[in-house]
Amino acid sequence: MSGCGLHCLKMEHITVRAGAETLVEDVSLHAHCGEITAVIGRNGAGKSTLFKAILDQLPHEGTVSFSGHDGVPTHRKPRIGYVPQSLNIDSGSPATVLDLAVSLTSRWPAFLPVPRRLREEMRAHFAQFAADGLLDRPVGRLSGGELQRVLLVLAVRPQPDMLVLDEPVSGVDEAGLERFYQLLEQLRKQDMVILLISHDLPFVQRCADRVLLLDKRVLATGTPKEVFASPAFRRAFPLGGES
Amino acid sequence: MAAWFSWWEYEFMRTALWALLLLVPLLSLLGTLVVNNGMSFFSDALGHSALTGVAIGVVLGVSRYHWVMVVFAVVFALLMNRIRHSGTTSVDTVIGVFSAVGVALGLVLLSRKGEFAAYQSLLIGDVLSITRKELWVLGAALAVTVVFWLLFFNGFHAISVSPAVAHSRGFSVVWLDNLFVVLLAVVVMLAIRWVGLLLINAMLILPAAAARNAARSLRSYHALSLVFGLFAGVLGLLLSYYNAVATGPTVILVLAALFFGTFAMRKK
Repeated sequence: MSGCGLHCLKMEHITVRAGAETLVEDVSLHAHCGEITAVIGRNGAGKSTLFKAILDQLPHEGTVSFSGHDGVPTHRKPRIGYVPQSLNIDSGSPATVLDLAVSLTSRWPAFLPVPRRLREEMRAHFAQFAADGLLDRPVGRLSGGELQRVLLVLAVRPQPDMLVLDEPVSGVDEAGLERFYQLLEQLRKQDMVILLISHDLPFVQRCADRVLLLDKRVLATGTPKEVFASPAFRRAFPLGGES
Repeated sequence: MAAWFSWWEYEFMRTALWALLLLVPLLSLLGTLVVNNGMSFFSDALGHSALTGVAIGVVLGVSRYHWVMVVFAVVFALLMNRIRHSGTTSVDTVIGVFSAVGVALGLVLLSRKGEFAAYQSLLIGDVLSITRKELWVLGAALAVTVVFWLLFFNGFHAISVSPAVAHSRGFSVVWLDNLFVVLLAVVVMLAIRWVGLLLINAMLILPAAAARNAARSLRSYHALSLVFGLFAGVLGLLLSYYNAVATGPTVILVLAALFFGTFAMRKK
């Protein structure tokens, strides 16, 4: 295994409150690099809230820390690659994938002509994930699957310590889903902690190494097989997967 | 042939030409982001706040009430922006309320002694009234805006497409977002004297809106917005001169024609 600087994400006793209401209560989780950890749960179970706490976008109790291969906690701020569910971009937006890539991952002002060297760098990066054909397409006109692929490719430039995916396959068709699996497999081999929220239980079953079933608190945790066989899972998903 | 250049003999026309060559790029540049962010209602309300800003200046007895207007607009913009992101209320309703208060409070204060007529020029503005000295103010505003764009555009754009992604990339989302609305407030208040409260928003969003119909990248979006704005500025000035009509509204009509033209031609 090549040495990723950060080996393990440790969340200890995360609690998020909004006024008198508790949105997430006492959630602890260890996620390791090279593994995909999925957080599942019904709507309103606090999945997105938990992720926002991890990303430090919400005030929360408890600690989020990272440790290196030696197990020693690091104080370096981890680099996070975040893949949102969607973007605020309408179909009339002029921004191309290259524009988005330049604005998010470089210091070059994206409204100016892109220097050839930067363009080639972007092309090479996208080509690693067989997505260079999308560079000149308007972002607002990509299909759901293409957009998720682009967002994932952008999230790993530069390579993050932790990749966070929020409902990555909602609205993605079959062909897109297959390509997404391949991409995730490719990324799993590069050392990084991968966390995802998904409603798509077959997707979770196929790609996740560890699953955390959430309903404000942790109801079950373990391998997909263990969690999917737990009574808590059957109570949360009585139809066996339709949330 | 000479008739075509007769306007050049007048100092006020030459100054107005310079004013438009500075004003239009300034507003076009900011307009690209206003349009992308779906903030045209926001900027409209911001323009309306000018009335209250001037009124407060007059009530306080400040001789240079334009600066009071700028300060008030900055506060107004930051407040509206905060509510815009609160996620608790319908944003366009709240902005509508702000807009209404901005106009109503201004009118009440300015009409106290039946003096409103003295401030009517604020509604319509007059680009021909600009002085050489004021051109420098516009030039400085343009320079500052261009520098801000070079330094912060990527952050502005990242926040526009996804605040969460922008945050994960290390952009200071709240700071940058407020920076943009403050810049917008200052520029709108500087420009409003010459463009007028009723038309400032049109001049802000129309070049970008027309450019968006034809652009295929952020670069062409910005370039077309500038080209459309400058074309409309110069053509509008000349048309208004030869037809003896108001300049600002003529520029807006040329921009509107460009918008509808590009809208009809845009790729489906």
